[in-house]
Amino acid sequence: MSVLTYKRVPYFKAYIHVLAIMPLVYLGLAIDADALGGDPVQAVIHFLGKGALNLLVLTLLISPLAKRYKEGLLISTRRLIGLYCFFYASLHLTAFAWLDLGWDIALLFQELVKRPYIWLGMIAFVILLLLAVTSPMYIRRKMQRNWQKLHNFIYLAALLTPLHYYLSVKSGWIEPALYTAFMVFLLQLRRKKRD
Amino acid sequence: MIIKSKSKSQASENEVVAESVYQQRRQFLKQLGLAGVGLAAASPAQASIFDIFSGDNKKASSQAFVQSPLTLTGSKDYADGEIWTPEKKVLSHNNFYEFGTAKTDPQKNAQDFKVEPWTLTITGAVEKEITLGYDDLFKIADLEERVYRMRCVEAWSMVIPWTGFSLSEIIKKANPTSKAKYVAFETLYDPKQMPGQASSYLGGSLDWPYVEGLRMDEAMHPLTMLSVGTFGKTLAPQNGAPIRLVVPWKYGFKGIKSIVKIHLLEKEPPTTWNRLASREYGFYANVNPAVDHPRWSQASERRIGNGSIFSSKRIKTLPFNGYAEEVASLYQGMDLKRYI
Repeated sequence: MSVLTYKRVPYFKAYIHVLAIMPLVYLGLAIDADALGGDPVQAVIHFLGKGALNLLVLTLLISPLAKRYKEGLLISTRRLIGLYCFFYASLHLTAFAWLDLGWDIALLFQELVKRPYIWLGMIAFVILLLLAVTSPMYIRRKMQRNWQKLHNFIYLAALLTPLHYYLSVKSGWIEPALYTAFMVFLLQLRRKKRD
Repeated sequence: MIIKSKSKSQASENEVVAESVYQQRRQFLKQLGLAGVGLAAASPAQASIFDIFSGDNKKASSQAFVQSPLTLTGSKDYADGEIWTPEKKVLSHNNFYEFGTAKTDPQKNAQDFKVEPWTLTITGAVEKEITLGYDDLFKIADLEERVYRMRCVEAWSMVIPWTGFSLSEIIKKANPTSKAKYVAFETLYDPKQMPGQASSYLGGSLDWPYVEGLRMDEAMHPLTMLSVGTFGKTLAPQNGAPIRLVVPWKYGFKGIKSIVKIHLLEKEPPTTWNRLASREYGFYANVNPAVDHPRWSQASERRIGNGSIFSSKRIKTLPFNGYAEEVASLYQGMDLKRYI
């Protein structure tokens, strides 16, 4: 017997909404209380970026978890979590352009061209954007088999984002390495399934 | 509809809220933090996944470090009348990896730092080696206030009133020999007090102790300063108590903190960030808008002033951080694109 029944799915989704929004409330209060320091620009950008990364991990975990625990309906929450991942990534990019670059669009484009870590982040963002745009059911039906092909690009995003993280920090490799290892592990699970 | 607007000079709420109210808000956040961060595991920068389980105050101190008032002989503005960065921001936005890599870590983890007793030695190519104790640091020369621009290699900047004296004062007292071509500096190594030295996770995997260096003519330049205070008081530990280097035309990482050794020598000494990534951080590290960091532009900087984070202002970065008139001659004939 599955724990997640049809009846429970809406409640479970409501719970996901609350959990996904709560860190943003926390962030707002933390900025207000100066808990992120006198100049929280970097902290805000990292917070949102890492939030997106964690949500990406979670999105990729849904399907193996559903199989392992035989909770088929868990799959129905994957789109929601994926969309929150895109939402955090959008906020991350907005915070960079606004708080760090002060909407200096010329500088944003210069950095975009010159900095590998920003390309990587942008490629991942464009992937997430395409996945978000094609996430409604009727588009999925229209795209037929192409939909799955497009959505497999999430695995590329999964590898690019930890690398983007690693290249964006001044020193320290431990956390990005942990994320990369976990992403590779998730990819490995998928490969096995195909064999 | 009521539209609230605020003129630039008006204090924002967080500038007038009483300290006690702040503490309450932070306490509330700590409680909330345990629940809220669970999903997005994200406190500032790198020190996070493991933090969540223990709250954000794992190594935080119970009492704030006490900064004592200093007697100054005068104050000189070397920042063209630019607005000072508020003291609160100077105290809570620091790169001092010995206490953690997140900007807020040093303030959180350094409050129990012991500066008394302290020993600073001046050794090497000198006729007279010098050993100074804590009280001696404040008696080397008259203490004056100097307002300098501070440009971080990460492309943010502040304007800070330092208290101290020219580094040359102390070097002259040691009588350098003709072999003294460079000056090497070393930060205290004490993993018990400095958690970033004990954990490569918290401290960003740097080689400890932190070391820095200057060419002799740079060290003897009147703008090069040993600082023992900010805002008229002794230094806070997160700013490098009890004594640190300030070289206003170079990127901030040259300003080595909590110095225990000054050593004069003939060869160019190794420097910490250069050892970690020589392509990104040179020995000279002069502020130069024409040479980008390989991963970001150095042409402009985000000035940390008295506004909120939503009033971010980007300004053009000046060659030698605006001190070209005073120091450009030191580098005549050198290719500054090569000697970064």
